[in-house]
Amino acid sequence: MSGPLPSARRILAILSKELIQLRRDRTTLGMVIMIPLIQLVLFGYAINTNVRNIPAALVDQANSGLSRVLTQTVEATQVVRFTEHYADIAAAQAAIVEGRVRAAFIIPSDLSQRVARSASVGAGLETPPATDEQTSRPVAQWIVDGSDTMIAGAIKGLRAMPLTELLRRPANRATPTFAVALFFNPEQRTAINIVPGLVAVILTMTMVMFTSAAIVRESERGNMEMLINTPVRPLELMLGKIAPYIIIGLVQTTIILLLGHLIFGVPLDGSLLALAVSTLAFIGASLALGLVLSTIASNQLQAMQMTVFILLPSILLSGFMFPYEGMPVPAQYIAEVLPATHFMRAIRAVVLRDASLEQVAEDSLWLLGFMLVGLLLASLRFKKRLD
Amino acid sequence: MTAPNNKPMAERVTEPKPAALIKPAPQPAPAPAPAPASSAALLIKQATASTGPTRPVIEARGLTRRFGQLIAVDALDLSVAPRTIYGFLGPNGCGKTTTLRMLTGLLTPSAGSVTVLGHELPRDAERLKRRIGYMTQKFSLYDDLTVAENLRFVAEIYGLGRQVARQRISELLSTYALEPMRHRRAGRMSGGQRQRLALAAATIHQPSLLFLDEPTSAVDPENRRDFWERLFDLIDTGASILVSTHYMDEAERCHRLAIMESGHKRADGSPTALMAAMGARVVEVEAPDLRALKQQLAALPEVISAAQLGSRLRVLVQERISDPLAWIKAQPLKPAPTALDLARPSLEDVFVTSTGITSKSPRQPSPDPDPDPNHNASAESATGIEAAAGAITEIKQHPEERQP
Repeated sequence: MSGPLPSARRILAILSKELIQLRRDRTTLGMVIMIPLIQLVLFGYAINTNVRNIPAALVDQANSGLSRVLTQTVEATQVVRFTEHYADIAAAQAAIVEGRVRAAFIIPSDLSQRVARSASVGAGLETPPATDEQTSRPVAQWIVDGSDTMIAGAIKGLRAMPLTELLRRPANRATPTFAVALFFNPEQRTAINIVPGLVAVILTMTMVMFTSAAIVRESERGNMEMLINTPVRPLELMLGKIAPYIIIGLVQTTIILLLGHLIFGVPLDGSLLALAVSTLAFIGASLALGLVLSTIASNQLQAMQMTVFILLPSILLSGFMFPYEGMPVPAQYIAEVLPATHFMRAIRAVVLRDASLEQVAEDSLWLLGFMLVGLLLASLRFKKRLD
Repeated sequence: MTAPNNKPMAERVTEPKPAALIKPAPQPAPAPAPAPASSAALLIKQATASTGPTRPVIEARGLTRRFGQLIAVDALDLSVAPRTIYGFLGPNGCGKTTTLRMLTGLLTPSAGSVTVLGHELPRDAERLKRRIGYMTQKFSLYDDLTVAENLRFVAEIYGLGRQVARQRISELLSTYALEPMRHRRAGRMSGGQRQRLALAAATIHQPSLLFLDEPTSAVDPENRRDFWERLFDLIDTGASILVSTHYMDEAERCHRLAIMESGHKRADGSPTALMAAMGARVVEVEAPDLRALKQQLAALPEVISAAQLGSRLRVLVQERISDPLAWIKAQPLKPAPTALDLARPSLEDVFVTSTGITSKSPRQPSPDPDPDPNHNASAESATGIEAAAGAITEIKQHPEERQP
């Protein structure tokens, strides 16, 4: 009889069996390398929250030198690009409906009067009342496809653009406001934020996917009937199953962070210890989560569907794409039970903000907790009986 | 943490063992191939130490398993003597695999009690697992691992020491003629090779009791015969074997046999005893139009079954017809038989008489056992079943008379 402790020999036997199988499964091995590579390049380049070059229509009813200056000034911001020119507003609206442009810029025929009026006021001595139609009239109008809040936000941002050239007014006459110092990502490149987050997304996908299929595959290929007739214990099986993927997870993390550094210039100056601890904790949590799914699913297709079910919220709610703080409170609770949310915080803190191990301890402990609960749950759910 | 050879459990006498059991009929012994002496000695030691020479290795009483409405196994009584091959013969879906799974502790019985090698199931299932081997119906080792890797994996799972494992693997590779393909992946081997590998893996930890679930369903007759030689080698080394099958030739090799049908045990005894106690006579009939003759014969209530074998018709006639040849001649048959011969019963005849799976009624619901089969002559093939069941009961009650 053996004691209550899991046997290291049996865990090692399962581990080495998994490694042999993995080594012979070229497709899976290829995916281990290619998934992080392709997704890094794809998302690193593609995901961009700085909205630029929105196609817009121009309705220039003034058609004067001043209106052309105004048009050029707007285009110089690179936020919009005037791809269409229309004589009347209705045609511009139709273009928005058809989706050819996302916004229309309408310059009224009395542009020069409006500018002159506004200029005199701006230079003026007394503050005009806001209700004064003559002075509060805008110089031109934007019609925006407001369904996309990002685009709407970018165009709204144009309201604050200084029309100094237009008004022939010295630029330094700006009203005093806040000074903003951008730490950690002064150039405001999205990739800096995306690449570390990508580690969380890719690890969630591959780790949960591999292990969610792990137990099911044994059943599907008929090996489980042999295994459950041996003295192997559920916990030994679980540990032996996840161990090889820890190495794979670390390889993937290295690929993403290294290439992120080389291609996208993502800084890598955080503490390596903090990075290793939080990454290992996250890998463990994801693998354990996958094992739990594997004990629920009855075939590999179901396991895959469950993986997607976990993956989507891990992308959308974890703070990868949208700030966690901006979500409604119930959604934040859901995000808290996803391992990806905690890791997203931890790895961004370590990689981008040089946080120390103590500063990411809370999230790392959460992840360790996930792992233990998951392993326990999977071992309890896994029955060496067929009934 | 893991002892390679666990010590035998203290013998627990749960209930007095049944007074008498049929001794296995003397087997038309195939010449035992020489087994490696070291493993043989080990097996004998282990088997005799744990179960004693006569105490049954498996004892089941009223073993029942229900899946919802379906009763897969119904009140099965079973007693398997040590150092014998005990066969479960029955069609697919008759409850063979379910029974095996209950006996290995994979399934919890809905009712009844099982003791295997002195371990009470399902409570002791985990401890039992070290002492039994199980060869699944479908090949269940890893296709993408080589022969040696598969055996090493199983050896480590059973907690064999490094030395012992290496020795056992090389023994098994030579016993089962797997040495030349030790580095070949299991998925690229033939059915016979895979099956030898499966048997090697199932016996790597030298179990006292081996369960084989339709072991030769994917194997040609040549390999099947070879495989059975190996099984008798294992018996010689002191192991006991429980095997399920739907092949008659395979069943005939068992020391003792249980015929299963839709969850019930229809007959239990050695193949020769079963044939002797069949309760039917076998007549082989020749005639110009066998198809027509078969229909007419099968319609007679006294005929249990009529099956065509090439140019002859094999007819099972109830035993109460004292002279079946004359009786068939007396029937108004068209065309009249050209030749009639009494034939020796085969196991297939036993199977047909005892299960009601006949050419005239493909599948019968199980009838209640009738103490006197002769009063039931008008009922169709049910009589046959009961006649057989009655005969078997008789064997059980008076085993001394039947023993040679």
